[in-house]
Amino acid sequence: MSDAILVLEDGRTFRGEAYGAVGTTVGEAVFATGMTGYQETLTDPSYHRQVVVMTAPHIGNTGVNAEDDESRRMWVAGFVVRDPARRPANWRATGSLDDELEKQGIVGISGIDTRALTRHLRDRGAMRVGISSVVRDPDELLAQVTAAESMTGADLAPQVSTDETYVVPAVGEKRYTIAALDLGIKTATPRHLAALGVETHVLPSTATAEELLAAGPDGVFLSNGPGDPAAAGYAVEAVRGVLDARRPLFGICFGNQILGRALGLGTYKLRFGHRGLNQPVLDRVSGTVRVTSHNHGFAVDAPLDRPTGTPYGQVEVSHVGLNDDVVEGLRCLDVPAFSVQFHPESAAGPHDAAPLFQRFVDLMEEQRNA
Amino acid sequence: MPKRTDIEHVMVIGSGPILIGQAAEFDYSGTQACRVLRAEGLRVSLVNSNPATIMTDPEVADATYIEPLTPEFVEKVIAKERPDALLATLGGQTALNIAIGLYENGVLEKYGVQLIGADVDAINRGEDRQLFKDIVRSIGADAPRSKVCGTVEEALGTAEEVGYPVVIRPSFTMGGLGSGIATDEAMLRRMAGHGLADSPVHTVLIEESVLGWKEYELELMRDRSDNVVVICSIENIDAMGVHTGDSVTVAPAMTLTDVEYQRMRDVGIAVLRAVGVDTGGCNIQFAVHPETGRLVVIEMNPRVSRSSALASKATGFPIAKIAAKLAIGYTLDEITNDITGVTPAAFEPTLDYVVVKIPRFAFEKFPGADPRLTTTMKSVGEIMSMGRNFAEALGKAMRSTETKVAGFWTGERDDRSAEQLLDALRVPVDGRLYLAEAALAAGATVEQVAEASGFDPWFVDQIALVREVGDAVREAPSLTPELLRRAKRYGLSDRQVAALRPELAGEDGVRTLRWRLGVRPVYKTVDTCAGEFAARTPYHYSSYDEETEVEPREKPAVLILGSGPNRIGQGIEFDYSCVHAVMALQDAGYEAVMVNCNPETVSTDYDTADRLYFEPLTFEDVLEVVEAERAAGPVAGVICTLGGQTPLGLAQRLKDAGVPVLGTSPEAIDDAEHRGAFSRVLRDTGLLAPKHGTATTFPEARAIAGEIGYPVLVRPSYVLGGRGMEIVYDDATLEAYIAKATDVSAAHPVLVDRFLEDAVEIDVDALYDGTDLYLGGVMEHIEEAGIHSGDSACALPPITLGSADLLKIRAATEKLAARIGVRGLMNVQYAIKDDILYVIEANPRASRTVPFVSKATAVQLAKAAARIAVGETIASLRAAGVLPATGDGTDLPEHAPIAVKEAVLPFHRFRTVEGHGVDTVLSPEMKSTGEVMGLDAEFGTAFAKSQAAAYGSLPTNGTVFVSLANRDKRSAVFPIKRLADLGFQVLATAGTAQVLRRNGVAAEVVGKFSEGPGNVVERILAGEVDIVVNTPFGSPGNSGPRLDGYEIRTAAVAAGIPCITTVQGMAAAVQGIEALRGGEIGVRSLQEIHADLGGVRA
Ligand SMILES: Nc1ncnc2c1ncn2[C@@H]1O[C@H](COP(=O)(O)OP(=O)(O)O)[C@@H](O)[C@H]1O
Ligand SMILES: Nc1ncnc2c1ncn2[C@@H]1O[C@H](COP(=O)(O)OP(=O)(O)O)[C@@H](O)[C@H]1O
Ligand SMILES: [Mg+2]
Ligand SMILES: [Mg+2]
Repeated sequence: MSDAILVLEDGRTFRGEAYGAVGTTVGEAVFATGMTGYQETLTDPSYHRQVVVMTAPHIGNTGVNAEDDESRRMWVAGFVVRDPARRPANWRATGSLDDELEKQGIVGISGIDTRALTRHLRDRGAMRVGISSVVRDPDELLAQVTAAESMTGADLAPQVSTDETYVVPAVGEKRYTIAALDLGIKTATPRHLAALGVETHVLPSTATAEELLAAGPDGVFLSNGPGDPAAAGYAVEAVRGVLDARRPLFGICFGNQILGRALGLGTYKLRFGHRGLNQPVLDRVSGTVRVTSHNHGFAVDAPLDRPTGTPYGQVEVSHVGLNDDVVEGLRCLDVPAFSVQFHPESAAGPHDAAPLFQRFVDLMEEQRNA
Repeated sequence: MPKRTDIEHVMVIGSGPILIGQAAEFDYSGTQACRVLRAEGLRVSLVNSNPATIMTDPEVADATYIEPLTPEFVEKVIAKERPDALLATLGGQTALNIAIGLYENGVLEKYGVQLIGADVDAINRGEDRQLFKDIVRSIGADAPRSKVCGTVEEALGTAEEVGYPVVIRPSFTMGGLGSGIATDEAMLRRMAGHGLADSPVHTVLIEESVLGWKEYELELMRDRSDNVVVICSIENIDAMGVHTGDSVTVAPAMTLTDVEYQRMRDVGIAVLRAVGVDTGGCNIQFAVHPETGRLVVIEMNPRVSRSSALASKATGFPIAKIAAKLAIGYTLDEITNDITGVTPAAFEPTLDYVVVKIPRFAFEKFPGADPRLTTTMKSVGEIMSMGRNFAEALGKAMRSTETKVAGFWTGERDDRSAEQLLDALRVPVDGRLYLAEAALAAGATVEQVAEASGFDPWFVDQIALVREVGDAVREAPSLTPELLRRAKRYGLSDRQVAALRPELAGEDGVRTLRWRLGVRPVYKTVDTCAGEFAARTPYHYSSYDEETEVEPREKPAVLILGSGPNRIGQGIEFDYSCVHAVMALQDAGYEAVMVNCNPETVSTDYDTADRLYFEPLTFEDVLEVVEAERAAGPVAGVICTLGGQTPLGLAQRLKDAGVPVLGTSPEAIDDAEHRGAFSRVLRDTGLLAPKHGTATTFPEARAIAGEIGYPVLVRPSYVLGGRGMEIVYDDATLEAYIAKATDVSAAHPVLVDRFLEDAVEIDVDALYDGTDLYLGGVMEHIEEAGIHSGDSACALPPITLGSADLLKIRAATEKLAARIGVRGLMNVQYAIKDDILYVIEANPRASRTVPFVSKATAVQLAKAAARIAVGETIASLRAAGVLPATGDGTDLPEHAPIAVKEAVLPFHRFRTVEGHGVDTVLSPEMKSTGEVMGLDAEFGTAFAKSQAAAYGSLPTNGTVFVSLANRDKRSAVFPIKRLADLGFQVLATAGTAQVLRRNGVAAEVVGKFSEGPGNVVERILAGEVDIVVNTPFGSPGNSGPRLDGYEIRTAAVAAGIPCITTVQGMAAAVQGIEALRGGEIGVRSLQEIHADLGGVRA
């Protein structure tokens, strides 16, 4: 096994073994606390340009399979694990994770004290990091790290988005058509919608309101995605157009931040973000708690205690993260739009929030009859 | 939703004596529940017959009733206390069954008591296996095909439908009692019979077998606004077919993708909702087909369970504590997670470490018992370990079990061929991990081992990984820091490394080298959130990783070493003493640091000590903890005398390593433990021991026996719980024993004692500080010497001893304590024969009886012992109110109640390979798993209570069957006559009947088992007998009378009727029966009793 080093922007260095592809990579260091679903995580476009530290020690136990990818490829900039599996053990496995990482050129490191690294990021905040199995000198790697572009201000959606529009047909009878703005969409989302009789037209991230509404969809969907929402002005513009058209709109994660900005609310970067499958979110309408799948470094800034006036009428915070009171969902009171910061499509994660897709469908139904 | 306002007084039911399948974990959950409810300002009444629990400490509840856990007695308590609500989901199956009983006989309604946690319908939906399966199907999930059967014929019919093999599962039992797998009709006939008998409702489920599938468990919690969270997933390494309680298990699940795990989670939540457990914890078991992934639901326990205790310790999420809060109305989002102190309990813990649980068995105690692991739980305890990877956790777990081997390569190597080992692996037994390693060593492939064992290949590969590391260590020219670190990272102990590198002069040599190379463990924290939030609770485990999380401290620390896995002879009583030490030392201004590896206990609750190290109790692991704490702040020392034999065995080595050992010194311990040294003690103190000698060969032994005369008592030296002890009547048996015994414990010689026949045995617990003696209590055994002190019933105060005897005992105890140099607790066993006092043994440590004595006399002996260990004196403790100002356990007031301890035995759990029961005869070898306490004004009623608590009430009329050894016939006549006068019908075997008739007792003669049809065994099984008195005769092994007795006793156990095997026991039973007929027996709370004992409660 050849050695590898990991160097953080603040100079802290970890020595371990090369994992996945041999080489050098830089990105934003973030930790993910899920105990399952590494395949979904690796292929989630929202992790583009991020070096993901898995807190669960054993990664790769179930290998990789054909069904669980969330997009066409792995997106993480680097992968940090403690104990990679030596062999896959699962009846669905078609290959081993290391081979797949190598094939897709994902540079990683294993065998380091991932808990120490996680606690460092928790206390000091997410920061830039470099991993290399070729560069031996930490200072040399540190230079590359500090030279790297930081996440704040980064416009990444276009880099992960589809170039051509494509269609995901409804399962069974088609009851609705929607236009989905692909800011980094996961395959689980159209799958959930399709199951509810929704045909999804997936458009590139730079699509305008006109383009989104061209086909006369029953609703518009804003996907999750990577980067700083403040840098995605084009998407904000498109959403304003959709709001003006009073077309039912549902946003997830990055989409929640875009809706927020379209409404004139601010967004800000969290210290180390939320990345896990165990996050409690209070649905303030029903008063129930949902255990939800999270993956966000930015959040919407809105008052929790009262609705806020916006050019599109009143908006209220519909969901709150119980761990730290972060805004986890928005609901417009005067236009047919709502969004959540977490992932109802899960993959990976619990299915508690899946009913939100039904809520989107109900909203489209209402508008139809209105 | 905030706390309910309609409940002010809650009654909690405990789980009673420690049994296989229902052990200390319910003391842990019950104690948490009581504390939580009181902290919420509610009045708590508690009923639990088990005195060895922390939960029955008077300060845990407002009113504590140490009374039998039967609907009758619990009703008495309800009538007296009039609680608003009953919380029965924290006391195991026992509490649940009582709750159902009280509901069905209308008691709850009569007194307006509402069940909280789970209502009766929910309990039934969860516990009734057929109802449950219907629910599973109703939510679109899958379960093995099955049918509930009320007769053996019905069972056979069902088996034809679903096809053999089939699983038999009695309804409403726990720990898989009476269940099993039948491969053919003959087997099913027998097992269905047993099963129907074991089920309180006399039905069994006949079920499609999913043998060999992967087994999983989920621990879930639900609150009254229908929020549901999964606390922990557990994967069994042993496949379906081995009870989860007997399986090696791992948390979190290791071999499921998110898709599969979430499906299991969805089904679990749907089942929980459908069953309708409205608040609290529940446990659901699943089986997954290894090739197709087909998921079936096996069962649910709508209550806190053994697994939920494990899950609580594994995740840091206190399920029982939260369950209690939910029961009184809070919702998960209203409760904070005490580990982070900032986030809510409404979340799902995530682990950044791996947890391994390994069960601990006691087959050696039950000769002839079938050692195969099945669907009936047989383990008596368990250990848990944590590591940053599976291999590290596995290594720690394997050395935590305290069996003869402590991980791979530490025992003799298994030279069998790969083929033989693979065959051996096909039969589930204890220690298959070792077999798997040996098979790999012998050249079997991971796939072959996985196929033969049913272990997932991933786990087998991990064992292969450990092997590779082992090989690297064995073959390296020299041990580099890198290699040593790698070995440690994969869980190898110094002892294992030493086994691989003989030239390193053993474990100590390895440690010296390791320390020199700076290869040391760090300590991580269990924080429920994988580091996402800071943890406030110092709940640590070691790992060979980079960063340690042990915080510096100001106050001096005292480390308390726990007792490791529960086992017969060393159980919850020792945990009780450790927990008391923690409290006492905190009061005295120390930081109490607990080290233990038993997940069932109160001592390993992160709320108990100031710091908790969940670590194996081996010299290496303990020493590293000491070093870590020394680096953190001042360390006053280590207490080794409260956790039983386990920490006692470490005392000398710790001292030699320069660790201050508090209390009685290791040298003193050795004086008492080593036979040679102890003889000197006795000589110096002028005390008598039964004549004895030590032998290493049969001729030597025969010579000694010849000199002191048969019968003799033989045993290996240095044992606890009477391991391998036997009463021997002749040369032949002696020879056989020596042959057997020397391999029982290789190094140690065999001790040969004169066996004192018909002697009264006495147990004494005392405190000594170098000047004063505090005689905590003197217990008189009911059964004569020869029945292990742990298995015999006893009474405090002693019922037949005169004050002269007590004076002798006090004097002897004081001499022993002084000469040995005890500083703290000492337990002595004496035997009185023909007015001569013999010393049987002295243990300079906390004993099994400490909690019993403490509760009977209202004095917390273990707390006092801990304070003496840190230098206080009995005088200063009297002044401080920890001990009574004057007097001690021997001068209790006249009106003091009689406390009777009765042992509870697990015979009904074991069967021979042929499926017969195992013999129930009591002997010098301890066999009981737990005990109960009967408290009342007179001996008779107290004894009757103890019997009701242990076995269900004594009969007050009906038929008694008597068959006595010749030597017992005379002494038994009187009590039997008394029974006849009380109107009992007497059946007896010919010889006994003759003696009885001569003494005016009309006894009907019944044939012995060997005498064919119409014999006594048939009549017992037919339910014609209410109580059996059978004193064994003939020495073990040989046929004839001994065998008859065996058949009679096992029949009694099968029929579930009292079976008394000693004359003394029978005499006591007669007194009990008279007391019961005397009328209404009352109940009294421990607080009331202690109040008028004027007791101190430190
Ligand atoms: N249908 C089955 N086929 C094979 N093994 C089974 C089956 N059902 C249960 N078992 C095994 O028996 C054990 C005990 O069964 P369970 O229903 O959990 O009873 P208990 O109430 O004693 O826990 C399980 O842990 C499992 O290993
Ligand atoms: N010489 C003896 N005569 C009669 N009974 C004895 C004698 N020695 C021991 N016993 C019986 O054996 C039991 C176990 O012996 P003990 O020395 O206490 O072993 P342990 O250390 O396991 O408690 C005692 O409780 C007592 O009943
Ligand atoms: Mg079970
Ligand atoms: Mg003893």
